[in-house]
Amino acid sequence: MAFEKDFNLDATELRLGLPGTSEESEKQASTTLRISNKRAMTDMNEDSSVAADKKCDQETAPPTKAQVVGWPPIRSYRKNSLQTKKTEAETCGMYVKVSMDGAPYLRKIDLKMYKGYPELLKALEDMFKFKVGKYSEREGYNGSEFVPTYEDKDGDLMLVGDVPWGMFINSCKRLRIMKGSEARGLRCVV
Amino acid sequence: MSEDDERQRSPPSDLDFVSNKARNCNATGSGSGHPEFQSAYPDQVLENVLENVLHFLTSKRDRNAASLVCKSWYRVEALTRSELLIGNCYAVSPARVTARFARVRALHLKGKPRFADFNLMPPDWGAHFNPWALAMAKAYPWLEKVHLKRMSVTDDDLVALAELFLGFKELSLVCCDGFGTGGLAIFVNKCRQLKVLDLMESEVTDDDTDWISCFPEGESHLESLIFDCVECHINFEALERLVARSPSLKKLRLNRYVSIEQLYHLMIRAPQLTHLGTGSFSPPEIAGQGDQEPDYVNAFVACKSLVCLSGFREIIPDYLPAIYPVCANLTSLNFSYANITAEQLKPIISKCHKLQVFWVLDSICDEGLQAVAATCKELRELRVFPVDAREDSDGPVSDVGLRAISEGCWKLQSILYFCQRMTNAAVIAMSKNCPDLVVFRLCIMGRHRADHVTGEPMDDGFGAIVMNCKKLTRLAVSGLLTDKAFDYIGRHGKLLRTLSVAFAGDSDMGLKYVLEGCPKLQKLEIRDSPFGDAALCSGLHLYYNMRFLWMSSCSLTRHGCQEIARGMPHLVVEVIRSSDEEMDDAVEILYMYRSLEGPRTDAPKFVTIL
Repeated sequence: MAFEKDFNLDATELRLGLPGTSEESEKQASTTLRISNKRAMTDMNEDSSVAADKKCDQETAPPTKAQVVGWPPIRSYRKNSLQTKKTEAETCGMYVKVSMDGAPYLRKIDLKMYKGYPELLKALEDMFKFKVGKYSEREGYNGSEFVPTYEDKDGDLMLVGDVPWGMFINSCKRLRIMKGSEARGLRCVV
Repeated sequence: MSEDDERQRSPPSDLDFVSNKARNCNATGSGSGHPEFQSAYPDQVLENVLENVLHFLTSKRDRNAASLVCKSWYRVEALTRSELLIGNCYAVSPARVTARFARVRALHLKGKPRFADFNLMPPDWGAHFNPWALAMAKAYPWLEKVHLKRMSVTDDDLVALAELFLGFKELSLVCCDGFGTGGLAIFVNKCRQLKVLDLMESEVTDDDTDWISCFPEGESHLESLIFDCVECHINFEALERLVARSPSLKKLRLNRYVSIEQLYHLMIRAPQLTHLGTGSFSPPEIAGQGDQEPDYVNAFVACKSLVCLSGFREIIPDYLPAIYPVCANLTSLNFSYANITAEQLKPIISKCHKLQVFWVLDSICDEGLQAVAATCKELRELRVFPVDAREDSDGPVSDVGLRAISEGCWKLQSILYFCQRMTNAAVIAMSKNCPDLVVFRLCIMGRHRADHVTGEPMDDGFGAIVMNCKKLTRLAVSGLLTDKAFDYIGRHGKLLRTLSVAFAGDSDMGLKYVLEGCPKLQKLEIRDSPFGDAALCSGLHLYYNMRFLWMSSCSLTRHGCQEIARGMPHLVVEVIRSSDEEMDDAVEILYMYRSLEGPRTDAPKFVTIL
C-alpha cells in the first residue's frame, strides 16, 4: 500500500546485512509473531514500515528495534521538518559531479559513502576505468595517465589527497579527472 | 478548540425525545404555574422572547440543553444558533444540518480520527469537505467562518468558498490536505473580505503558483495570516507589500523559506503584531549583499505587543539574543522546531516570567527543563517533543525533567512529554504537585518500557494521575502497563473524555475496566493492545455517547465487530484494512462512531462497513 511504501527507504539505505536480506516481507498483519534471526544482523537505520512485533522484541531483544508504523506518535510533518534540517546540514559536499577529460558525460558520487581517499580513488577508478598512480605529497600522482583533481569552495583547482579527508569533503564542490599531461603543474600549487 | 464539541452529546434519539415533550408542552392550560406560559399567549410571542434570550446563549452545551426542553425551544434554538461544531463529519449529514439550523455563520468540522496523523489510516479514507461546501453554499450564503480539522479539502472547495460566500471572512485549516497553492491563489484573490487565513500543520501541494501575489491590491482586512506549514518558496516582495497594506494584521506566521533578514523587513512594517512565527530565523544561504546586518534587536523592541512567538525553523542560535526584548511579555513560546541546548535556552527562558505555553525540543535536556521550572511559574501548558523520534534513540529528557517541572510549575494544566526513561515516582510527584492537570500525555518512546529505576510497570504512576488530578479529562498512557493501570483509570477517571492507549494491557479486563468505569468517555483510541471481542461488548452502554472508538492491531475479529454492528443501528462500524489482501477474520483497524445517517456512501474499497 502506498502509505507503507512512503517509508520504504530500502533503495538508499545503509545496511550491514547480506544483499538479499530484506525487511520487505512484512505484508503480514501486525499481530503475527515473526521470529527472525535476520534481525540481529540487519542494521535498523531506517524509520520505515515494519509490522509491529511486540512479542518478538521481548524474546530476541535485538540491539536496535525495528521501527513501527506511527510510533512514536509524531506527525510526519514534524518528523520531516527536523530530519530535513539534519540532512541539509550534512549534505554540504555530499553529492558532487565528477567529470573525466574525454568522457562524454558526467557522473555524480556521494562523498559520504567513502571513509577516505583510498576508497574514493578506488571508486573513481572503477567508475571511469582508469588507474591512478601512487600519491605522494611531493610528487602528486606521478606516473599516472589520469590525475584526480577537484574544485574547492574558492573555485580553485586542487589535487585530490593534499588536505585531510574531513576538510576535503567539506570543501570539494566537484571532481575532475584530468589527463596526466595537463595536471603536471598542480603539484606546485600546494 | 475544545474536545467536547459535538453538537449532539446525547444519543441520536433526542429527536424522538423532543417530540414526546412537544405533546405535553403545547397542550392547552398550564399546570406548571409559570405565568409566561399561559395559553392566552400564542406560541409566536413565546418564540420571539425565547429568540431574544437564546441569542445570548453561546456555549454549545447550554444550547444543546436548551434545544431539548420542548419543541418550541428546539425550534428557536435552531434559529438562533450561529456557530456549528460538528466533531465528526460523518455523524450527521449536511442535509440534516441545513434542515435544522437556519442561520449559521460559522462552521467547525472535524474529519479523520487522530491516529490518521500517524499513518495508521490508509490515505483517501474520506472526510471530504466538498459535500459540506456545496450544502452550505445553498443554505448559508452568509457563512463567514469555516474551521476544518483533518478534512480533505480540494482546490475546487477553496474556489467554492471564495465564490459562493460573498462575505467570507475566516478560513482555518488544521491538519488538512488535498489542496495546493493553486487553490490558495484563487481563494485569496476572490475573498475580498478575508480576515483570517490560518493554515496549520496542513499538507499543501506546491503547484508553483505565487499565491501571495494574488491577494487583491488596496487595503486588506487581514488580521491573521498563518502559513508556516506551507513547504514552498514565496514571493517575498509581494508578502512585504501585503503586510504593509494590512494595518489590522495581528498574527503572522511565516514558513521556513523566509530568512531572518526578510523577517526583519516584515517586522518593522508590522510592529502591531501580537503573534509572530519567525520563519527560518537564519540568514539566507547566499550570503547577503553588504556586511551590514540589520539590527534585529530593534525589530523586536518595536513589537511591543508581541505575546506569542514561534517559528525558528532552521535556527542559528547566534541570533537568539535578538528576542530578549520581548521575552518579558511572552505568554506563548514555541521552540519545538529549534534544536537548541540548555545553555542556549537559559538566557531566554530566565526572562520569560509570564510564559503560559511552552513547546520545546528535548535537546534542552533535563537541565533545560529545570531552568523552565525555575522561572515559568505561570506555566499552563508544556510540550516536549523529541529531536530523534525513534524508539531506541538517546533520551535527553527523563523523569528528572518531569519532576523538576512539577515542582516549579504548579499551575500546570496540560502536558505532552516524550522521553525514553521514566519512573513512577516522578509521575506520582507530578500528580501531587500539579492538581490542576486537565491533560496528561506521557509518551515513553520505547514500547513496553518499565520504570527505569524499579523495573516495575508504570501502573502506579498513571494510577496516581487519575486519582490525584481531579480535573483530568484527557490521558495518554505508555510504557509497560498491566491491566492494573486500566483498573485505576476505570475507578478514578470519572471525568475522562479522551483516552489514548498504545502497546499496553494484558487482557480483555483492561478495556473492560475503562468502558465500565469511565462514563464521560468520548474518544477512545487504542493500538497494539491485547483487547478482544469480549471487551468490546462491555461498552455497548457507552458507544452512543461517544464520538468514536478506534482500535488497531488489537485482538478483534470480524465476527465480534459484526455483533456490535447488529445490535446498534446508529453506530457505523468500519473495518479498515491496510493492504489489498483478502480480509480474514482478524480485524486490523476498527473505527466506529455514532451517526444519524447510517453507513456512508463515500467509503473507499479498503473500508468495510458492517
